[in-house]
Amino acid sequence: MFTPRLAVGPLLLASTCLALPAGAETLDIGVTGELASFDTSQVSGGIWESQILMDVYEGLVKKGPDGEILPGMATSWEVSEDGLTYTFHLREDAAWSDGEPVTAEDFVFGWRHLLDPANASKYAYMLYPVVGAEAVNTGQQPPEALGVAARDDGRTFEVTLESPTPYFTQLLTHYTAYPAPKHAFDAHGKDYVDLDHIVTNGAFTPEAWVSQSHISVQRNPEYYDADAVALDGVTYHTIEDRNAGVSRFRAGELDIMREYSSSMYELLREQLPDATHMSTYLGSYYYVFNHREGHPTTDPQVREALSLATRREVISEQIMGGTFQPALSFVPDGIDHYRVQEMALEGDMDARMARARALLEDAGYGPDTPLHLRLRYNTTDEHKKIAVAMAAMWRPLGVEVEMINAEATVHYQTIAEGDFDIARAGWIADYNDAENFLTLLRSGVGNNYGAYADPEYDALLDRAAETLDLDERQQLLQQAEALAMDDHALIPMLYYVSRNLVNPALDGWEDNIEDDHPSRWVHFAE
Amino acid sequence: MLSYSLKRLLQAIPTMLIVITIAFFLMRVAPGGPFDGERALPPEIEANLNAAYHLDEPLPQQYLRYLGNLLQGDFGPSFKYKDFTVTELILQGFPVSLEIGGLAILLALVIGLPLGIAAALRRNSAIDYAVMGTALAGIAVPNFVVAPLLALVFGVLLGWLPAGGWNGGALPNLVLPVLALSIQQIAYIARMMRASMIEVLGSHYIRTARAKGLSERLVVWRHAIRPALMPVVSYLGPAVAGIITGSVVIEQIFGIPGIGRYFVQGALNRDYTLVMGTVVFYGALIVLLNLVVDLIYSALDPQIRYDD
Amino acid sequence: MTADTLSPDTAPGAAGDSLGREAWRRLKQNRAAMASLLLLSIITLACVAGPWLTPWGLADVDWNAFNVAPTLEGGHWLGTDANGRDLLTRTLYGGRVSLSVALVATLVSLLIGVLYGAIAGYLGGRADNLMMRFVDIMYSLPFMFLVILLMVVFGRNILLIYAAIGAVEWLDMARIVRGQTLSLKRREFIEAAHALGVRDRTIVTRHLIPNAIGPVIVYVTLTVPKVILLESFLSFLGLGVQEPLTSWGVLISEGTDMMQTSPWMLLVPSVFLALTLFCLNFLGDGLRDALDPKTR
Repeated sequence: MFTPRLAVGPLLLASTCLALPAGAETLDIGVTGELASFDTSQVSGGIWESQILMDVYEGLVKKGPDGEILPGMATSWEVSEDGLTYTFHLREDAAWSDGEPVTAEDFVFGWRHLLDPANASKYAYMLYPVVGAEAVNTGQQPPEALGVAARDDGRTFEVTLESPTPYFTQLLTHYTAYPAPKHAFDAHGKDYVDLDHIVTNGAFTPEAWVSQSHISVQRNPEYYDADAVALDGVTYHTIEDRNAGVSRFRAGELDIMREYSSSMYELLREQLPDATHMSTYLGSYYYVFNHREGHPTTDPQVREALSLATRREVISEQIMGGTFQPALSFVPDGIDHYRVQEMALEGDMDARMARARALLEDAGYGPDTPLHLRLRYNTTDEHKKIAVAMAAMWRPLGVEVEMINAEATVHYQTIAEGDFDIARAGWIADYNDAENFLTLLRSGVGNNYGAYADPEYDALLDRAAETLDLDERQQLLQQAEALAMDDHALIPMLYYVSRNLVNPALDGWEDNIEDDHPSRWVHFAE
Repeated sequence: MLSYSLKRLLQAIPTMLIVITIAFFLMRVAPGGPFDGERALPPEIEANLNAAYHLDEPLPQQYLRYLGNLLQGDFGPSFKYKDFTVTELILQGFPVSLEIGGLAILLALVIGLPLGIAAALRRNSAIDYAVMGTALAGIAVPNFVVAPLLALVFGVLLGWLPAGGWNGGALPNLVLPVLALSIQQIAYIARMMRASMIEVLGSHYIRTARAKGLSERLVVWRHAIRPALMPVVSYLGPAVAGIITGSVVIEQIFGIPGIGRYFVQGALNRDYTLVMGTVVFYGALIVLLNLVVDLIYSALDPQIRYDD
Repeated sequence: MTADTLSPDTAPGAAGDSLGREAWRRLKQNRAAMASLLLLSIITLACVAGPWLTPWGLADVDWNAFNVAPTLEGGHWLGTDANGRDLLTRTLYGGRVSLSVALVATLVSLLIGVLYGAIAGYLGGRADNLMMRFVDIMYSLPFMFLVILLMVVFGRNILLIYAAIGAVEWLDMARIVRGQTLSLKRREFIEAAHALGVRDRTIVTRHLIPNAIGPVIVYVTLTVPKVILLESFLSFLGLGVQEPLTSWGVLISEGTDMMQTSPWMLLVPSVFLALTLFCLNFLGDGLRDALDPKTR
């Protein structure tokens, strides 16, 4: 066996320099999966996909290096007083990579394309706040019924919403809100994203795609800010094995690796301290309680006892090596316009365990009538370690945990059907708003795997959805979370962190809470 | 021989039909569908998806539709990799898998066979023990351990070869994946060849040949090796089909754009069309290679005839 | 070849009982095989009885020892895993699963594969063709869905792993034995036995199979590691062993993920697996020699 202490720093730098021909600067990024399509209506939802799409397309707004929202295809916009109508003024010099101007028609077309039921877009519901969107997507109304319009000869784009949606500008950063080139679609139909004739309006435009190997993009000369884009191109390498990604980064083949496994963190921090990034992230790792009739987890005492016995710091520090943060709230810390509502966990561990025992006893469980729980998780090394640790923490309470793992497809289907007591789940924010998380506990929502139903909670979210005043809305959302935490609706366990390896020779790469890093900001230091 | 081969190829049609039919329905018994994932989809979206891929039709109708398309050479669109059809995915990936797998098999034969023969001829000698010890180590260490180790040692620590990537099939990028894939095959082939050589060398007709005063060299070359190849050839039929259709482990660790991952990822994603595409492709290879094996049998042992 | 190739050593009629005793006598003289048998017995015994002797249980967590390298102090002689569980204990428990999967799946594949292959090869013609096309079909079916189907029908069950693995592993064996049989059945001693009126059944079991034993035994020793690692894939799918129970295959694949940071997690189960394979190999060679009808 080899020793883990290796002097690879100098080696890494040397080979990176060698790999780059003078003059041309291309960035090699390792992404953890394969892009489903350059047609944004066909994207499957992997977080790696947004990295590629945000480099080649640009919506009405775009993100800065730190994740801040900046004007994109729209230079300015107004919101009507009732919060229902948004008017975007498009940039004069916005153009597709073939030189055609980007007009409001392209947005109208793109959004209709996304919502057209024939295109069966998975993420069409992201635009449901727009008037008529749901009706169009379910085929009850024609695409023309969508509340969007092109005005002023295509220089103004107007959107009407069903109800005021305070996070609407956040939604606009998502790839579902990108425009689609109407002229290209008119010429080529559904194949408009074929690499032979694809046109894009972002800082880069696709050049080559070898399925399961890499996608190369080059600087888009027609991009309005092309002069400010330092890189000549970017290559996204599909790397499904995370440890292989680390090896390729260390070998100097990659400038950025968009993930590394938690077990490698300590080693990397030691060996590549300048390249190893870890940062807070808008993601929540939690265990779902089954609230359906007939499961022991319907008893709030049981739920509280299990939560009390959860030693979050042990999981995050000892088992995950510091690559997660302990969480006492469902909504992750760091969301805009929100203060997380942590659950109350008083006393030291002994006191908590004593209380947990008492609660279980009250609930009718004891040495002769042990609590038996079926814990489901989807198979990965990390989920397995956490499940094992949870079972071990509950064992002193006399709880018998039956662990059942399955591949992700089966796992989610099984828990959606309600066949579990406790199940592992996680949520990464689609946009920076607390509602994106809190809606997962709304009754009747598909992702509410535990079928939690509390009319008071639902009412608070309903009221928040109608509230224009941001502070007032924040209060309502916070009340909702506090309610759910008091009720132990689920076990918040950990906040995700983003984990990246970044060549220290790169400038313009900033850690940010959404872990979005448009390549146009990145360049090699002089 | 020719008419036999033709007959076998004709028989492939019902064989493949049975495979396609069983696989088609087998796949649908499995829980989970192509659109189940970390995020539950709203019912209306799921309805759109099912309609777009004809999954809302009764299963027998879907089956007939699939067969109809297949007859026209259309494997359908991939559910997951939407910018490619299944045909495109297989046509794009297979040459890569064939190159890596073919080289690995070649390497395994070139190294494994002589090693096995040498070990058998010098049975219980130092050579024998060295060869068999190494072969066993090759068998005991799975390729999901070998591959990352090779990448780490030669790619990262020594920096001699790329740690991954395909790079259009450049030679340096080929070395580690081919090596990782062939180690186990070298070991298998050497082990089997040794055993079967020992078997043949001890057989009566070799003893007879020796008794007739034929030189040892002639005995080995003329009489022993050919029959000894039989079990290796039997093993190689399906093994070659498996190896040239790629290995998901090797592909994921070295970033090789082959088709091996589709067998596993396609199944995990419930990418029905892709799964069927791989099944048809693999099935055809199996049928073909097992025919080749049967033909090689009669070349190795002229007494083997397929006369009916 | 001439008639004198009707070899005396394959003459029918030798009593099975004395055959076994004779083979055992010859096996005992093979030192490598006997040493392997001894070591294999020790490993098996350790896996069966060992877990009761270690101070830790399968699921016991040492909250003070996460991810600890092998050490003589503290009681974790072979270290702990990322969850603070004793690796020696888990490896021994894992051995129970892996060894029994290997044993049962190998026996199943041996039994079905050898008989199927020998019958197909011996019958030849249309029967052989039909039987081999069935094998082609079995090869072509996607293994993962086959296993899932078994689970849907029979429920989650450890026996299922054995059945599933046996169900695919016999195919190679059948093709190898059939190939040998095709070649053997044209040899004079088989044709002579035929002419003497020996029953087909006796020819297959007494003459064909024993003469194909060499490749069969080697292939069995190659099947064992395949089976053990295949089990870890099933466990990944959730169709194999469930935590806290484990197996060598699962431990090795967990260890691979940690090989740069905690190499012992890979080394410990790998060494157990490798030792078992070495033993099986030498034992297999010894058995082959002992059972060889030609040298008897």
